[in-house]
Amino acid sequence: MMARSGPVLAVLGILLAVWYLAAVGMNAQWERDQAARAGTKVTWAEILPQTMAQARPVVPAPHQVAVALWDGLTAQAVTSKRSLVYHGYITLQATLVGFALGIVMGVALAVGIVQSRAMDLSVMPWAIISQTIPIVALAPMIVVVSGSIGIEGRLIPKGVISAYLSFFPVLVSMVKGLRSPDAMQVDQMATWSASAAQVFWKLRLPASMPYFFASLKVAIAASLVGAIVGELPTGAVEGLGARMLIGSQFGQPLIMWAALFAAALLAGVLILLVGQVERLARARMGVPA
Amino acid sequence: MIWIVAALAFWAAAWVANIRLANSGAVRTRAGRLAVPAIFGITVLVVWEGLVRGLGVPGVILPPPSVIWAKITTSLPTLWIDFLQTFVKGALSGFAIGCGAAVLTAIAIDRSQFLTRGLLPVGNFVAALPVVGIAPILVQWFGFDWQSKAAVVVAMVFFPVLVNMVAGLQASERMQRDLMATWGASYWQTLVKLRLPAAMPFLFNGLKIASTLALIGAIVAEFFGSPVMGMGFRISTEVGRLGLDMVWAEIAVAALAGSVFYGLIALTERAVTFWHPSQRTK
Repeated sequence: MMARSGPVLAVLGILLAVWYLAAVGMNAQWERDQAARAGTKVTWAEILPQTMAQARPVVPAPHQVAVALWDGLTAQAVTSKRSLVYHGYITLQATLVGFALGIVMGVALAVGIVQSRAMDLSVMPWAIISQTIPIVALAPMIVVVSGSIGIEGRLIPKGVISAYLSFFPVLVSMVKGLRSPDAMQVDQMATWSASAAQVFWKLRLPASMPYFFASLKVAIAASLVGAIVGELPTGAVEGLGARMLIGSQFGQPLIMWAALFAAALLAGVLILLVGQVERLARARMGVPA
Repeated sequence: MIWIVAALAFWAAAWVANIRLANSGAVRTRAGRLAVPAIFGITVLVVWEGLVRGLGVPGVILPPPSVIWAKITTSLPTLWIDFLQTFVKGALSGFAIGCGAAVLTAIAIDRSQFLTRGLLPVGNFVAALPVVGIAPILVQWFGFDWQSKAAVVVAMVFFPVLVNMVAGLQASERMQRDLMATWGASYWQTLVKLRLPAAMPFLFNGLKIASTLALIGAIVAEFFGSPVMGMGFRISTEVGRLGLDMVWAEIAVAALAGSVFYGLIALTERAVTFWHPSQRTK
């Protein structure tokens, strides 16, 4: 365990050190300006602690962000509009809606592509092209249009954006997985005179499961990005993305950074959870860990 | 009504044609392989046009393709300015800086086994984070012009490329490296003649991911403040004015630019890694 976590901790330590240096370097100018305005001189010994405690720093020091994050998570009831738990929950809802939609779309398209040669040739190139279209270009329009055709709230449009990003990894992995049984296994099914449906349910689908679960980790991360992107450009007032926007517009860098790290935290938890589900499923299917 | 019937009829005809084509010998030729997806794409456009006209969908919800095309041809100068601002200045410069920095960092880190082992998990994790969230912070630091857009792109592409490049530098086999050592090759000779070429398939994997991220980053950053040009700026203001034909025109340009960019990288990959099994023609 130590042999593996040692290097990771070292890298994290280096990143943290760089961050502190950046905070001091980028915030020092403001302290000097303040001193010059007051007509006093400041030494580095005075600047150093002050750069770590500014109310509106250019780069907040790591511990400031940690405090802001902790305050946001625990300092008020989780239903408060200032609680990051509340905003995280809003984003999480959209992420999960998009994740579910993306899985359904990805699996359905993959099944179609594997079963029909015409679909394989016609849909697959467009699925690839769809991912080179920057979804953020579509995001504001999806929100406005879904509003004008009478869909209440932002959950559905955000979910659609998430699904657009998360269906692709599922699709690619499922196509690979459903095609993974080799000719020998397919022949074996044929000697048992299995129907096409039986080959699909008893051979192809089970064979694709490892690929499916491997793609879920990528899909949930993509889905979270989609939910946050869906909150950024559209004047949303709830959700982690909206929190970042508010922090940026009202000159409250600490709010912005805390929301950013809350999003990172959420991403980490979701990826770990999906990883656990993957391990459970693999264990149940008898794959050695 | 006639529009809907025509659209559905066209759909059915194209469907039959595609199934015929897909199951005939034509798909073994290059033209056949291009024809099937092309027919599918044209069908989508025709059905879109027919349904929007037939059902009388208002233009503020979904304009038909013909209206979008008319908008594209009449506002080429605007689209070109936006393209230069967002794609060339923002996305491309950020892409070049970010990928260049990531490759150099990977080569520097690669000399230390210890750092490499620590960096891969951290880098993989950061590559999965919603890095777009950093856009408002960078816009605040670098101002509204293209420099801040390039900075967002750098932040977004750096880790995916870094992780792939680090993995790629370890891709050469022990045996191959030993052989270089028996030839008395220096570190740099081994790097240039063996390990960098061996890393190329991994690097291009990262570059492909980065190419789509670059355009996303440049456009998102414009939502947080930009000069009065750029694709992201145009989209957010036109959505506010319900000028959806202009929004779709920008989306078409973005899709075209993104696809061409991706295609160019794929072509370069084929030229550079011609020796790799995935590139061999069957």
